Amino acid sequence: MLRITGGKVYDPANGIDGVVKDISIADGRIVAAVDGGRVIDARGMIVFPGGVDIHTHVAGAALNFARAMTPENHRQATAFLHTPERRAGLGGQTPTTFATGYLYAGMGYTTVVEAAVPILSAKHTHEELRDTPIVDKGCCVLMANNEIVLDLLEAGEIERAKEVVAWLIWAAKGYGVKAVNPGGVTAWKWGKDAKTLSEPVVGYSNVTPAKIIASLAHIVDQLGLPHPLHLHCNNLGVPGNVATTLETMKVLEGNRAHMAHLQFHSYGGADWHTMRSEAAAIAEYFNAHPNLTCDAGAILFGNAVTITADGPWQHLLHQLTGKKWGNLDVENETGCGIVPYTYKGSNLVNAVQWAVGLELLLLIDDPWRVFLTTDHPNGACFWRYPEIIHLLMHADVRRERVKKLPAKAQSRTTLGDLDREYSLLDIATITSAGPARALGLANKGRLGIGADADLAIYNEKPDGELLFRYPRYVIKGGEIVVEEGEIRKMSEGREFIVQPTYDGAIEEYLRPLFQQYYTMSFENYPVELERLEGADVRQLDGHG
Amino acid sequence: MITLTLKERTAVPLEAESLSPDVTANLSCDAVRALPVLLGKHPYRVDEFFDVEGEAGDELAIRGDAGNVKWIGRGMTRGKIAVEGNAGMHLGAYMKGGTIEVSANASDWVGAEMSGGSIHIHGNAGGQIGAGYRGSPKGMTGGTVIVDGAAGLEVGMRMRRGIIVVRGPVRDFAGLQMKGGSIFLLGGAELRTGAWMIRGTIVTLKEVPLLPTFAHDYDGNPVFMRLMARHLQALGISIPCEPHEGTYQCHSGDSAVPGRGEILVWRPVG
Repeated sequence: MLRITGGKVYDPANGIDGVVKDISIADGRIVAAVDGGRVIDARGMIVFPGGVDIHTHVAGAALNFARAMTPENHRQATAFLHTPERRAGLGGQTPTTFATGYLYAGMGYTTVVEAAVPILSAKHTHEELRDTPIVDKGCCVLMANNEIVLDLLEAGEIERAKEVVAWLIWAAKGYGVKAVNPGGVTAWKWGKDAKTLSEPVVGYSNVTPAKIIASLAHIVDQLGLPHPLHLHCNNLGVPGNVATTLETMKVLEGNRAHMAHLQFHSYGGADWHTMRSEAAAIAEYFNAHPNLTCDAGAILFGNAVTITADGPWQHLLHQLTGKKWGNLDVENETGCGIVPYTYKGSNLVNAVQWAVGLELLLLIDDPWRVFLTTDHPNGACFWRYPEIIHLLMHADVRRERVKKLPAKAQSRTTLGDLDREYSLLDIATITSAGPARALGLANKGRLGIGADADLAIYNEKPDGELLFRYPRYVIKGGEIVVEEGEIRKMSEGREFIVQPTYDGAIEEYLRPLFQQYYTMSFENYPVELERLEGADVRQLDGHG
Repeated sequence: MITLTLKERTAVPLEAESLSPDVTANLSCDAVRALPVLLGKHPYRVDEFFDVEGEAGDELAIRGDAGNVKWIGRGMTRGKIAVEGNAGMHLGAYMKGGTIEVSANASDWVGAEMSGGSIHIHGNAGGQIGAGYRGSPKGMTGGTVIVDGAAGLEVGMRMRRGIIVVRGPVRDFAGLQMKGGSIFLLGGAELRTGAWMIRGTIVTLKEVPLLPTFAHDYDGNPVFMRLMARHLQALGISIPCEPHEGTYQCHSGDSAVPGRGEILVWRPVG
């Protein structure tokens, strides 16, 4: 039992904006009142619901490949030394599993979603998530280049495709469906990409990226998944890709969708020299279409490691930069590319990217539909979120930074003209309440009675400039996990999983395909529920 | 000056990055005794391995067989370390300034990824002098390393700027993937010198076997060699550059990458 008294509470889900209010906790949940137990005197502090990261890359084969490829980063990274409470690990651009949990919790985040999981290597992802302590977790499963699904779309068998998608989500023990460069990663296996939404994907005659996007969004809604289709659009990172992104959003009309790392998809211009921000055009469309949510995918200057299932883009990035490149092929399902990268403030393209991320966060009106991410570790590491929050809250600081950009870059963005400043309530919305709602996690991101007791408590007036860097207390599931800057308790997080309804007969359709096309036998393919610790399964009855 | 005398050589390497003038300059002798070192994964105090004497200052002397003491002078920016005996791996790695002098031999990774300062080894050195660590895009970006004896593999691997001089013979892959800077091999080299070099200069006073991806460019006495000779003279190293002494045969490569580096082989008159 625990009581937090005297703190200013920011709880957007319940419309509470800085009201001094006591919070009582029992059995891991927020309750009306408790008798006895520890009392935290939170006078002079602000109380937030624990952060929810809707899009990050923290576990799995691709991330591990990136870790192996970047020993130079590990040598510079913060080391977590072994203590009786804590395991050893490394921070840096691609933190190790245990360190990932410590770093997220140490920043006040208590729920994270690993955004790109190939089903074929989902076992690996779950093993790593099990070793990512403290935070609760969920996975989005890669589908938009799965050749069994695409073959069914080619044949016009939408109903069977829906059964297959449902079966695959449960096989991977996933929480949502992810689409990355729909059709493009399949085309990459032919050395090609999918640049236009309306042209057939290489190897198919009537499957286009638009068809994949519309079909998956429809299937996800039909299955009643709590989180809509999680979409990484075609033409990521390319000047002029605003046209593709707007066209994609039109394709999605009538369905829900979450637009991932929208910053990477909001560029104008014809080439790298003429690249400019088109955040305003994206925000204008987005503001008028409530079926969509998005996360920023903002970048910060400094070292990053780009990791994505978008294989063709990574090859292009390697050719552009000359940096080392890793490429993985995941049989019939997807691909993966890795390129370590450094964003430089003096570089025109990077400066525009930096501005676009912030512009989107400022130009999209509704904080319930745009969330704070850096597409970790692609745009910047998640542990740098407080730097972005600082920029969102202070227009003058932003303007000073804009003045330091190359003159050409300043003329390609409107960031310096934006006066909006985020309030603390807005910050609580984009870091917690909003993403929790978009994920359909009813007990996260809020501080009402019955909610999970996940809280972050910060000094109202911090010593340094960054309010959100060092929480005074972090409480996860009712336990104090961070206190006075130290990890105090090593709790295990839960894993959120959905079980959509499907007809068991679909297995008889899939089994021969596996025997013919996969290196893994059908029986060995699904992740067994027993392998997961703390599985929190939600049965879905949406069918048809 | 603080003097540290190693009591006995440890069975496993001792990691002693605290042995740097940047750390010790303003510390009392007692505070230096209490500095941390790692033996395996366990932390210990400096005085569990060293006798410590003297007054604080910018100078540090290390005596005894420190051939198993790693990371001496790591990242130092000023002052001087005199190692009277052997030094272990990673001596002066990441250093930015100051000087290190070793009276006997040093191990691998001397001056790895250094950006300034100078290191002088009077005995032999190991491999990877001034190199980039595994995964790093570049090695040393400035400073000078002089080895009076022989050196090992991958001398100057991925170096970007700076000067390495080795008086004795070096082993394979000198200047591997070199991106700039200069390597002077007064005693020649074994195989694959300059493999994958993109830019930079390797000067050898003895014949070396050249890779087939290096093309003969010209024979002569380029002006920059005279400038280099004068610069090295100040460091106590003499290299020939006058036409009456001989000529340099210049080869460019490595065209396998493709690169625009050069290997200059000295051909004395007669």
